[in-house]
Amino acid sequence: MIEAKNLTKRYGDRVAVRDLSFTVEPGRVTGFLGPNGAGKSTTMRLILGLDRPHQGDATIGGKHYRDLGQPLRVVGALLEARAVHTGRSAYNHLLCLAQTQGIPKKRVDEVIELVGLSEVARKRTGGFSLGMGQRLGIAVALLGDPSVLILDEPVNGLDPEGILWIRNLMKQLASEGRTVFVSSHLMNEMAVTAEHLIVIGRGQLIADCSTEEFIERSTKQIVVVRSPDAEGLVGAITAEGGTATANGDGMLTVTDLDAARVGQLAAAGGFVLHELTPRRGSLEEAFMELTKESVEYGTTVAADGQGGAR
Amino acid sequence: MTAATSTALAPADGRNRFDRLLLAEWTKIRSVRSTIWSLILLVVLSVGFTALFTALTATGWDDFTERDQALIAGDPTSMILGSGFMLGQLTVCVLGVMVIGSEYSTGMIRASVLAAPRRLPMLAAKSVVFGVLVLVLGVLVSFASFYLGAAIINEKAPVSIGDPGVLRAVVGGGLYIAVLGLFALAIGSIVRHTAAGITGVIGFVLVLAPLAQLIPGRAGDYIHAYLPSEAGHLIAQAKQAPNDLLTPWQGYGVFCLWTAALLLVAAFLLKRRDA
Repeated sequence: MIEAKNLTKRYGDRVAVRDLSFTVEPGRVTGFLGPNGAGKSTTMRLILGLDRPHQGDATIGGKHYRDLGQPLRVVGALLEARAVHTGRSAYNHLLCLAQTQGIPKKRVDEVIELVGLSEVARKRTGGFSLGMGQRLGIAVALLGDPSVLILDEPVNGLDPEGILWIRNLMKQLASEGRTVFVSSHLMNEMAVTAEHLIVIGRGQLIADCSTEEFIERSTKQIVVVRSPDAEGLVGAITAEGGTATANGDGMLTVTDLDAARVGQLAAAGGFVLHELTPRRGSLEEAFMELTKESVEYGTTVAADGQGGAR
Repeated sequence: MTAATSTALAPADGRNRFDRLLLAEWTKIRSVRSTIWSLILLVVLSVGFTALFTALTATGWDDFTERDQALIAGDPTSMILGSGFMLGQLTVCVLGVMVIGSEYSTGMIRASVLAAPRRLPMLAAKSVVFGVLVLVLGVLVSFASFYLGAAIINEKAPVSIGDPGVLRAVVGGGLYIAVLGLFALAIGSIVRHTAAGITGVIGFVLVLAPLAQLIPGRAGDYIHAYLPSEAGHLIAQAKQAPNDLLTPWQGYGVFCLWTAALLLVAAFLLKRRDA
């Protein structure tokens, strides 16, 4: 279990993390979500004792990271920034870290096999691709068979096969009762991986709930209707308290009314319908909507809330 | 259970043992090519240039003034160890900085600190492993340089390991190189940048000494004498020069104090700074 209490970290004048508190429970994948620059990596570095918080406290299983006797046997971490000497082979990198914890060589071979790096294990890591570097980082995280995993953007640079692999691996690790805390700036990735979400923006907590609840809460139900008499239908919908936006070609996007009600209105008014579809707004949009005030490096398009995607 | 679960692991004993860190630092040092090359360069430069310089001295002997001849013949050990070995020491300056500086430039330091979150034992283990390695190699290179140089210069300025102060000077050459390595490691750890660290160390060793000599009067003499490398290399001289302010062991002590102070600063900063 990971506990963060009132964490605050400043870099110069910039506040990276502000009074952040949350708990990460074992036995499930907890997603740590936020736009770039929201403070995800900083929070993880604070938990791992790499950075010192200005205020607050972070513990793992009730202990500070620096007080763990054999830290790699308790916590496996994958950092976003590279943490490998480029002149050393993957095998020797894992070996020297294993030796600090009294982990035998056999385990080094085991994790190399597990992440699929056997063929390049004796090569210098300087020549590794982003994906290979990521796999090596995961091998380091798994080295000590830890009960807590802290993974910063683990799917970065992985190909689709690699993404699927890491997704399944995280679920499997969680199902074994481990604590899995994984950060991402991609809502869709988290929706299929994480059971629980901790969402932050500008270093502050935005949401701490189950993924299901987050989706439920933050995505609006919409109804897409197509009618040759769209204008008339708009009138009927507006009169009923709904909001309809015309998208051209007789297409309407209706909010604040459900599909059944829109159908009834059409029938009552004698409007011909070519399409009537209830739809959920996209997760990605909901996430952008939710964090829009807290985006650190927003583009002008995203900042005015119009979203260039449509 | 699953693929991620290991069959090779004994239960964790929950202890962070120093011997494990020593082993890990040894693996780190031997598994990077730049270390191996630097150490080979130390041997080749030291022994090679000792041979070259002493041979040049021997062949050009008759062209020297009588005063110079007397100076060399008076303490051939200093001449032998002061030639190639003084060039070879530059590789140790570079390597000492690189051993820790490269951890910062590559990001490896984060992995190291995650494995040893109290940090100081990691720096201590690194210093011990590197210090011992350079000490062993330094003593070997010092002896090799001495015997080679002594053989070459034998006809003009004979010297034997049994002569007064000679054995101390030859062992001292290794002792000097070992502390120089730690001196460089401390600076590398403080500046956390390989190129800047190397510049700093070379500045200390090569640039500061001649500059201090320019300071007029007695103060200049003292500042010069107490500079780390100036004080330190007195240990590698068989005989005290008339204008030396410190004895060999005093000088070496001054050098050790410099190094200890820098290591303390390095330790303090390592503990305090974000990794």
